[in-house]
Amino acid sequence: MASLPPIDLPSNATGAGAFDAPAGVEGNPLFEYLLRLGDDSLVLGQRLSEWCGHAPSVEVDLSLANMALDLIGQATLFLDYAGEVEGKGRDGDSLAFHRDVLDFRCCWLVEQPNGDFARTMARQCLFSTWQHLLFGRLAGSADERIAAIAAKAVKEVAYHRELASEWVIRLGDGTEESRRRMADGLDWTWRFVAELFEMDPLAGFMAEKGIGTDLAAFRADYDAAVRAVIEQATLPPPPDQRPILGGRRGHHSEHLGHLLATMQFLPRTYPDARW
Amino acid sequence: MWGVLAAVADPEIPVVSIVDLGIVRAVEPDRVVITPTYTGCPATQVIERDVREALDAAGYRHLRIETALAPAWTTDWITPAGREKLRAYGIAPPGRGPVQCPQCGSSNSREISRFGSTPCKALWRCGDCAEPFDLFKCH
Repeated sequence: MASLPPIDLPSNATGAGAFDAPAGVEGNPLFEYLLRLGDDSLVLGQRLSEWCGHAPSVEVDLSLANMALDLIGQATLFLDYAGEVEGKGRDGDSLAFHRDVLDFRCCWLVEQPNGDFARTMARQCLFSTWQHLLFGRLAGSADERIAAIAAKAVKEVAYHRELASEWVIRLGDGTEESRRRMADGLDWTWRFVAELFEMDPLAGFMAEKGIGTDLAAFRADYDAAVRAVIEQATLPPPPDQRPILGGRRGHHSEHLGHLLATMQFLPRTYPDARW
Repeated sequence: MWGVLAAVADPEIPVVSIVDLGIVRAVEPDRVVITPTYTGCPATQVIERDVREALDAAGYRHLRIETALAPAWTTDWITPAGREKLRAYGIAPPGRGPVQCPQCGSSNSREISRFGSTPCKALWRCGDCAEPFDLFKCH
């Protein structure tokens, strides 16, 4: 079911058992938190795999497919764990293929359509830079399993970040057309950055427990890193836009449903299908 | 026991074994611990199945297989023998110095693509013999 918009409550509901839900958090906080991490990776992995066979060159095709593979791998680890935490017999596959749009907890940035190659790279640069900084911190999570997944994945995400940043620079500081497209791509994706740093009650609760992390603490590092890439790309910084929030509570853009329809069709139509 | 596992080839690069690659982390009386190379590496499941089959065939049915994520796999765990096998197969082994062409040994090489045919490899080309080759990425 769709949740209602969040209501700000005083954070005085903590202090009981580690996983008692604080005010403003529905359900099991660890499960919900793992869905956020897993769904970001899953949905972006699915998006990137749409490029398979369509990228500008075979080398780029390989890059995008490999990044998609890394992301699906992260999603499997996070969602399998989420299923165990939930304790209802669901695993990563059933969470990926048998949930509906409103139950997904990914951010808006990852569900946005690929657009042209420049927009895909803008999205990747903005997301991978954030994920790289996030996983670097989650590698020290009080939850050993999250720490292990993050410590492993952060090495791969470093590649994603570097590759996407290099493309932003190359296209921005390229031809007239590539420059225009890169600027358009950044302009399109920029409005979704604020959501990456949203500290809602669940994010705050997990940070307090030492399982998650304070997202605001690395906002300045993120801004500096992205600004440096945009400057090197000789592009003007994208103007601030009204932030769009809601993915973490299941409020998504119209694009996610289309993505899920493609991704979930086969396992839903042939529930017993095996490789 | 290590001998049994050293006979299990990596499904993506069959010239090296899973022991050469540092995928086998521990062999204990009741269990074998393996670790995935890359998070999304599709070979991970095949490796687990191959290990199971090898153990069963050698009479170690009682051993269970565990997968450990931490500490995260690194190319530093590839054995010297494994590195040599990679080179002989035409894949430049991971290293921090200049990348040497596995065909002619020249260091006059450059990256063509950050990602190659598998997540663990990048595509490079030799400037002297002009052959493209895979580089096992330092990870």
